[in-house]
Amino acid sequence: MLDVAKLELKLNGKAIINDFSLHVDKGEIHGILGENGTGKTTIANLIMGTNNYKPTAGKMTFEGEDISGLSVSQRAQRGITLAWQEPARVEGVTVRDYLRLSSHNGHDQLERFLLMVGLEPAQYMGRDIDATLSGGERKRIELASVLAMRPKLAILDEPDSGIDIVALPLLLNGIMEMNKQGASVLLITHSERVTEIAHRVSILCAGTIIRTGPPAESSQWFKNNCLTCPHINEPEH
Amino acid sequence: MVGYTVEKEYGGMIDAYEKAGGDKSVLQTKDVAKLVVHENRVLANDPVKGLRIDTEETKSGVSVKLTVEKGTKVPRPVHLCFGLLPKEGLQEIIMKVDAQDNSEISVIAHCIFPNAVKVIHKMDADIEIGANARFDYKETHYHGEDGGIKVIPKAKVKVNKGGLWQSTFALSQGMVGKLDYDFEVVCLEKAIAELTVKAYGKGNDDIKVVEKIHLNGTGARGLAKSRLVLGDKARAEVRGETYGNAPYARGHVDCMELVNGTEAVAKAIPIVSVTNDKAKVTHEAAIGSIDRKQVETLMARGLDEDKAVDVIVKGILK
Repeated sequence: MLDVAKLELKLNGKAIINDFSLHVDKGEIHGILGENGTGKTTIANLIMGTNNYKPTAGKMTFEGEDISGLSVSQRAQRGITLAWQEPARVEGVTVRDYLRLSSHNGHDQLERFLLMVGLEPAQYMGRDIDATLSGGERKRIELASVLAMRPKLAILDEPDSGIDIVALPLLLNGIMEMNKQGASVLLITHSERVTEIAHRVSILCAGTIIRTGPPAESSQWFKNNCLTCPHINEPEH
Repeated sequence: MVGYTVEKEYGGMIDAYEKAGGDKSVLQTKDVAKLVVHENRVLANDPVKGLRIDTEETKSGVSVKLTVEKGTKVPRPVHLCFGLLPKEGLQEIIMKVDAQDNSEISVIAHCIFPNAVKVIHKMDADIEIGANARFDYKETHYHGEDGGIKVIPKAKVKVNKGGLWQSTFALSQGMVGKLDYDFEVVCLEKAIAELTVKAYGKGNDDIKVVEKIHLNGTGARGLAKSRLVLGDKARAEVRGETYGNAPYARGHVDCMELVNGTEAVAKAIPIVSVTNDKAKVTHEAAIGSIDRKQVETLMARGLDEDKAVDVIVKGILK
């Protein structure tokens, strides 16, 4: 499904992403686990084509098609989407309108998508996506909009940040439900708890995947090595 | 005018209103108060109990006196429909409003110029809001795509003790053309004024907005708000002025202008002044481009860039 080979991004001469390779299978939840500053969000932007990030080397293909030159819209129209760590607020657009914009295959289940992320439709559908929503509410609406889109590949950047411990299981259930509907998920996080739902987990350090394996094994390795590592972002150490 | 009968004009106005997205049934319902004016002819004048609409046709437009009698609460919004269907012409509306003490009314004005190539639409309004009266005024314009129109709405509003004046001027469909908006409000004791202007400038549109609020009574409050989006070679200058002249007066100027592209020009001039040491007036003015992250958020759901910008602009101007 998604193949990324030897991706590189240099900004001002400095390699932010370096020799990054990744394969996500159809129907797979693939976790990317990394500390702050390791390049997690940059990877999300490179795959989605957002934030003007263009790889300086390497190749990205989705279902066999080279997507490097495609716009954000074109990538989305191929079935890729991104839920940001801090999603934008769009003044004057209601939750209902936002979900409708995302849903290209009918609008009959919009309420269900909100319920799946633990939000009561009667309370939220008419609200604007503006500063009156808390960070956690906005994140859950973002996930509902991804569910409504029914993507082939959902890139979720730190989906748990700003989510309280009560709502986290709902959020994880929503991601698993999306996966059951057929979506592959690239789950980008610094939390081992979140990667428990993944099929495989890759460890990211200094813009490079340094290890891929089953969730429990990868989490343990992350705890033992990354959390205590004095050489953050220097994988050669 | 050759080729225009009263019936045709009325039908034409209703059709143009519907094409612009309006609900024409409100202009055809008997128990809804309305005034329909085409050029300088009054095509419909349907008041309701407690509301008088006196009109006089002039050479270049219509003089209108709207009186809301003391204590009257008009249950449904009153619709005023002004317009010009031909490509050229002048329409001058002289408006006098007397909203008497303790009255309540909501007025929606639809200004329709779908074919304008060389049209001038002027409104000069003299408005008095009585003690504890509430007046909500929304003016929405529907223009064609030519941009050959000058819109010059000017109003002087006095809000008496405990009264409320809320107005929203919106011009986001079709080309603005040239807009010269100038509303000035004086608020007496505990009176409230809220002025809002929303416009979407495109092509060579030229927009000038002046919102002026004098908070002259103790505890008076005022908000001068504007939301403008500019594309192509459109230009806009917004002056939001608020003067705190009495104890406990509170005022705020809130101006946001977004520029889409490299040739549009936006200017904001907030003026806040206080002449009483217990008054407080604040302002915020933001001029910038449309937030790239908002655009990309919508693009990541499959919208192309133009459609994404359109959704954001409509949201801002909603």
